[in-house]
Amino acid sequence: MIPLAWYLVFSAALFCIGLFGALARKNAVAILMGIELMLNAVNVNLIAFWHYHAQVRSAPYVHGLAFTTMVFVVAAAEVAVGLALIISAYRRRQTPVVDELTLLKG
Amino acid sequence: MNGLQAVFLLAALVSLFSAAMVVSARRMMHAALWLVLTLMGVAVIFVTLQSSFFAVVQILVYVGAIAILIIFSVMLTRRVMEDHGDQILPGWRGAALVVVLLFAVLVGFLALWQGFTALLVELPPEADNLLELGKALVSPQGYVLPFELASVLLVAALIGAITIAVDRKEERGG
Repeated sequence: MIPLAWYLVFSAALFCIGLFGALARKNAVAILMGIELMLNAVNVNLIAFWHYHAQVRSAPYVHGLAFTTMVFVVAAAEVAVGLALIISAYRRRQTPVVDELTLLKG
Repeated sequence: MNGLQAVFLLAALVSLFSAAMVVSARRMMHAALWLVLTLMGVAVIFVTLQSSFFAVVQILVYVGAIAILIIFSVMLTRRVMEDHGDQILPGWRGAALVVVLLFAVLVGFLALWQGFTALLVELPPEADNLLELGKALVSPQGYVLPFELASVLLVAALIGAITIAVDRKEERGG
């Protein structure tokens, strides 16, 4: 008997904290952590709405769960490629700080 | 307040606090460990939503794989960040303003929706139907195309990650 509003406010707060991390952190790995927080907030939202729809229709309802599966797969793919990029950039520039990765600066 | 609400509030507070520590911790390794705690809290939230399958998947995929991967890359990109001064970009005030505004807009628009105050009642036991989910993921009437696309995406991402991160000796010093 938890209000749907609690889940929505929680996931909005988690998303905003993750967005702040992605925008304001210097370390590239910390930016990826912020993105993981945002993806998790989206998953909480999807599962909460899945629960809401299942109880409104009072029938088994799998579409929300299928969507959440896709978000999990995309999160795993994203973190694998992102960390490989960070390690590759670190090997060339000896820094994980995004401020110092200025190869494209004219 | 019943027991389920207490569990939810506890998990939500722990998750939000450790998420705040993830974005504010000075040492990257501490941030990674706080991230593990956040992911565990979100798994508890999935349990309170009666989605036990995704709670287990959350533990397996996020805590078991992604957090370990992040911890490894923290250890691999280890220039002494601790005495590097601030961990936060100079423009963080603007970022904080954007984030607070986004939160206010999100909650404000959600509060306009009439389902916002709905209570989530306990679903019947057959609602969390793994058999139905598995069938839907591979049936041509369901999600077989997105499922196969996701598989191809995952394979391509892993091969790409290996290609990017492999250490070619002849390209070193470039």
